[in-house]
Amino acid sequence: MAAVTLLEATRLAVQQEMRRDPRVWVLGEDVARGGLWGQYRGFVDEFGAERAVSTPISEATIMGAGLGAALVGTRPIIEMRIFDFVMCAMDELVNQIAKVRYMFGGQAKPAVVVRMPHGMWRNSAAQHSQMLEAWFAHLPGVIVATPATAADAAGLLVEAIRCDDPVLFFDPKDLWTATGDVGEPIAPIPFGLARKVRDGDAATVVTWSAAVPVATAAAEQLAGEGTAVDLIDLRTIWPWDQEAVVASVHKTGRLLVVHEAVEVAGFGAEVVARVVERLGPAALKAAKRLGAPRIPVPFAPPLEAEVRVTPDKVVRAVQSLID
Amino acid sequence: MSDAGDNLKRLIDLYRTMVRIRTFEQTALEAHRAGEIPGPLHVSIGQEAVAAGVCINLRRDDRLTSNHRGHGHAIAKGADPARMMAELYGRATGYCGGKGGSMHIADFSVGMLGANGVVAGGIPIACGAAQGLKLQKSEAIVACLFGDGAVNRGPFLEGLNWAALYRLPVLFVCEDNAVAAFTRADSVTAGPGAPARAQACGVPATSVDGNDVIAVDEAVGAAVAMVRQGQGPQLVHARTYRLMGHTATDAAAWRPASEVEAAHAQEPVARLARVLTERGVAAESLAAIGAQAADEIGAARAAARAAPWPEPARAFADVQDLGAVAWRR
Repeated sequence: MAAVTLLEATRLAVQQEMRRDPRVWVLGEDVARGGLWGQYRGFVDEFGAERAVSTPISEATIMGAGLGAALVGTRPIIEMRIFDFVMCAMDELVNQIAKVRYMFGGQAKPAVVVRMPHGMWRNSAAQHSQMLEAWFAHLPGVIVATPATAADAAGLLVEAIRCDDPVLFFDPKDLWTATGDVGEPIAPIPFGLARKVRDGDAATVVTWSAAVPVATAAAEQLAGEGTAVDLIDLRTIWPWDQEAVVASVHKTGRLLVVHEAVEVAGFGAEVVARVVERLGPAALKAAKRLGAPRIPVPFAPPLEAEVRVTPDKVVRAVQSLID
Repeated sequence: MSDAGDNLKRLIDLYRTMVRIRTFEQTALEAHRAGEIPGPLHVSIGQEAVAAGVCINLRRDDRLTSNHRGHGHAIAKGADPARMMAELYGRATGYCGGKGGSMHIADFSVGMLGANGVVAGGIPIACGAAQGLKLQKSEAIVACLFGDGAVNRGPFLEGLNWAALYRLPVLFVCEDNAVAAFTRADSVTAGPGAPARAQACGVPATSVDGNDVIAVDEAVGAAVAMVRQGQGPQLVHARTYRLMGHTATDAAAWRPASEVEAAHAQEPVARLARVLTERGVAAESLAAIGAQAADEIGAARAAARAAPWPEPARAFADVQDLGAVAWRR
């Protein structure tokens, strides 16, 4: 198939699965109008208003109803519109969806996908820009998918819809328009398998979601200067591909984790800690995290730019590992 | 059998259910006080008519969501008290293998989709269950039971609006025991309460004496008939009284003794017994129902006490299929 945007890739993935499985349906605000982003364009015509459900602005019930519908055998896709709104549905997500299987002794598997487009996008300010994926890696009972390319978004979404575990699917808003090829049909991509973006011996750079193209640009610049890094896109941060990262760091001895989220207590800390535990501190010559400062995301472009990770920041961080 | 005979049989069924619930909870309280049951235990002693009166109108494949005070709802829906008691004891033979305890009893095989440790937590789940059933062209309905405290949480408003909007087969039951934890419900609830709030969303609502099981049965029967006909959600507001404290360790001593005493005079089990006696049911028959319940629940307690603890390794089971504790590529 010709190259499509990441947005269109996710639309095709959900469409494919809804054609395949009548138990799959979508609920969320403006879904029947195609969704805020157009990620469900045409669904109400093809699948009807009962499977492409526009809901009230009732996040708690969007989330909780998705769970209830899963408990009677359907497979809902719960659309949160923008990640930040999930804060209005935290009980339903954290206390209910993530817990019911365990608390009830395995009587039910809540097969839901929660789509939460996240991250900075066109100066949307502090309540529409957050990347808090690390919170959910900390939460037992869920899978955390953080794709960065059209192909990965499509393949991981197909996997998410077929998965019996609850999957928190973080669409990268800033990459909606990034283009790439997707298969036809779209094959599922297993969770917990990283994608090697570039090969190199100088350092290992681990990243995911919207930071992937940033780190890729940095890696290209570094390669031009004679420094080749191993660049790994985790694609899912829970489960995450420890083997790929450990093997790479074993080779390079240097580790940089890059994420758009706040650096303090971000998932980068977990990656570094786990690698040190697995390889022993002597195996690492240097390790570093690069993320946002611990401030809310500001509005004005020059202020927002302070928060963003950039190729320059990544280049400097890699150089600091090597020097 | 005549209509009157049918009716009497139904009353005896209700009585049996209520006595089984009462006996279960009294036994659980005793076991908690004896240190045999760990954790928080919320009993519904005095509220049994609501559970019994609602569930007698439900089919096995109808679903039910419950709250933290849900032993009665589970028993009335058909759950096995022995497996419930084992769960309260935290044993391997309990409904959740000891992972849930009193606040998280579920029995999906009888449509009991779970008690809930969060006030109003079951409301969105009930709405979604109804939506899922409707999507699958099922004829089953969902009963959503919650307390007076839940009506002050957002999901109550969201759920009423949602169920009305999509005309979902949901029976909302506000089991109003007059007290939210340690605070009188009317002291923290503005306006005329749950039925008016439901009506404001276009959900028909009735209010009923929740200690009169005959009245509950009648009101719920009428509401369930409307729900089954596809007329959308209904709300039944059942006024009752929590005779015990919030938890097993709370004496609720802040309430005037005269108030509690008066409430005991109105409690639903004895009240139904008086009706049955008036209707000619022999004292021995009522006593036999009590004795059967005592045997059943006594055996449940003995079995729970003797049951094995879950293997420690079970703590790691049923978290998730992928990315569970021992996950490796």
